Amino acid sequence: MAQQEEHRQTDRSLTMSRAMVEAIAHEMREDDAVFYMGEDVADYGGIFDSTEGLLDEFGPDRIMDVPISETAYIGAAVGAAQEGMRPIAELMFVDFFGVGMDQIYNQMAKNTYMSGGAVSVPMVLTAAVGGTYNDAAQHSQTLYGTFAHLPGMKVVVPSTAYDAKGLLHTAIRDDDPVVYMFHKRLMGIGWLPAPDGPKTGVPEEAYTIPFGRADIKREGADVTVVTLGLHVHRALAAADSLADDGIDTEVIDLRTLVPLDIETICESVAKTGRLVVVDEDYRSYGLTGEIIAGVAEAELAALDAVERVALPDVPIPYARPMEDEVVPDTDDITAAIRRVRSDE
Amino acid sequence: MLGVTELQDMYETMVMARYYEERLQEEYLEGKQPAFDISAGPIPGELHLAAGHEASGVGVCHHLRAEDTVTAPHRPHHIAIAKGIDLKAMTAEIFGRETGLSGGKGGHMHLFDPNVNFACSGIIAEGCPPAVGAGLAAKKRNTDSVAVAFLGEGAIDQGAFLESLNLASVQNLPVVFVIEDNDWAISMPKERVTDVTNGVQRAAGFDLPGTRVDADDVVAISDAATDAIGRARDGNGPSLLEVQVHRRMGHFMGDAEGYRPDADKDAATRRDSIERLETKLRANDIDDETLDELRSRARERVDDAIEWAKEQPEPEPSAAYEDVFSSPPSEDPERAPSVADTGGED
Repeated sequence: MAQQEEHRQTDRSLTMSRAMVEAIAHEMREDDAVFYMGEDVADYGGIFDSTEGLLDEFGPDRIMDVPISETAYIGAAVGAAQEGMRPIAELMFVDFFGVGMDQIYNQMAKNTYMSGGAVSVPMVLTAAVGGTYNDAAQHSQTLYGTFAHLPGMKVVVPSTAYDAKGLLHTAIRDDDPVVYMFHKRLMGIGWLPAPDGPKTGVPEEAYTIPFGRADIKREGADVTVVTLGLHVHRALAAADSLADDGIDTEVIDLRTLVPLDIETICESVAKTGRLVVVDEDYRSYGLTGEIIAGVAEAELAALDAVERVALPDVPIPYARPMEDEVVPDTDDITAAIRRVRSDE
Repeated sequence: MLGVTELQDMYETMVMARYYEERLQEEYLEGKQPAFDISAGPIPGELHLAAGHEASGVGVCHHLRAEDTVTAPHRPHHIAIAKGIDLKAMTAEIFGRETGLSGGKGGHMHLFDPNVNFACSGIIAEGCPPAVGAGLAAKKRNTDSVAVAFLGEGAIDQGAFLESLNLASVQNLPVVFVIEDNDWAISMPKERVTDVTNGVQRAAGFDLPGTRVDADDVVAISDAATDAIGRARDGNGPSLLEVQVHRRMGHFMGDAEGYRPDADKDAATRRDSIERLETKLRANDIDDETLDELRSRARERVDDAIEWAKEQPEPEPSAAYEDVFSSPPSEDPERAPSVADTGGED
């Protein structure tokens, strides 16, 4: 942790997309086996800037535009990975997962296990996630819980540029399939302005952030808020606003869902006794329930109050008043924190 | 062979479709300049405009009836207009208003008008299988309805399209697949993502008749559509029609098209199917006054629809919880399914 703090003090700050591009470029220079496939990743540089500028350095054989054929190119990444390549395949929107889901969850995620460990699949599936800009039901989901639920995939969700780079280095070097889910609203794209927060100091040199270590983005003694992605920043804003009222909120950024760092959460709940889990995915059968169950199993006696803040179980609507209603905002988080403190 | 009255109808619909996109562009960009923020302005979300695609929607849908089914992709407005969608309700939907086709839930990529059997989807090629299903329903019910699936040339490499060609073929269903070839899948030119650039070759692979119309010409498209739709209606099975159109605007509003050569953009603007039809109408002795009248009428309908839509209220936030199911599960936890509900023991 001390080493990370040191890195964060670098003067150079980057957007999340630039931090990702830097990690990809570094790994591609180091290892010829790394290449990137996706729709509009070459000339366009990724619809959400995930590959901006990489074509110039690495050319079209390593930054590959592919036909709109998710089954074929994600499956091809699986096959190439099994041959010892280290492909990165991009889903332009995670919502398009349905088109190629067999390759993702029946091949990519299961081949290592089904082969009794004889086969490994060292690939990364990157995917843009999230709403808040009225793109409606087919282009706004996060689906964090869906990918984390199915065994065999490591699942990464960065919330800052610093984490985005370190986690992507780790993902590309990992010998297992990693689903790397980046939130569109955090990338720092001109047409989709990011909140304050994701643009952070980023060291120029390569560094890895180990999977399975949640990050305490804000320390506090009264309430534990567990969240990820965009909602790390909304939770931090809620925590700041409550500090004036004397409520001291701890904000934990999960960073990886698989593996899940339940220990850090439990240690925090042992201290605060009050837990709020905030998610941009659907409420039922998902991440919020999983975190709360994990804490209940390990720290039931410490748990005085629990709240979850998540998308209700409806597809994401288009019109602003309705999308604003269903996607949790800072006020929703503030209210939940107040509720778990209501017996004080 | 189209009569001059039909040509005038087509002209009016094409002008309406073009003007609709131009007006939406204006409205969409309001509040998004000088800095383009997708969340600002009166129209929310992404917007994929179809200026330059008019000949396809109009040339094909001219031969369809209200009960025929059309599925469209993420660039749907010209097809919807040609199919006779409720223009005001569509516009209100695009503006995210309560009186929109879906009460603001769907938006511009997800338009549904059951009165004219129109639907669209934002996932590439995924409108093809439901069109096959509409064809299957028509066949099972022994009606002479047909289904038309529109897709872009970027969608021809998707399994959903290729599997649909095969299923429609082997079941001999009344389905027409219309590929709108505008040369570009966002930034990817067709020749870089497939070696089989002519859709007719794909049709042949599934033993389907296929036609490609190279000119962005509504009359040629209409002629080809007459054959394809007639074949389906007469029970002679599915076919494929590929038509050359042009993308006069970016993939979506805000797309700077840095990947696209200027010459290509210029050519797309020059090859104007509306001007082409205008020339044809003049050759048929339609005078300026009549053309002006057709244009004014088309524009007036669009302006009225947009003005009306903007006056409509936004939906209540609580409306977000409605319509997940058409028969919602009972909200009364005491109510257990009765014997009668479950079909009974006897």
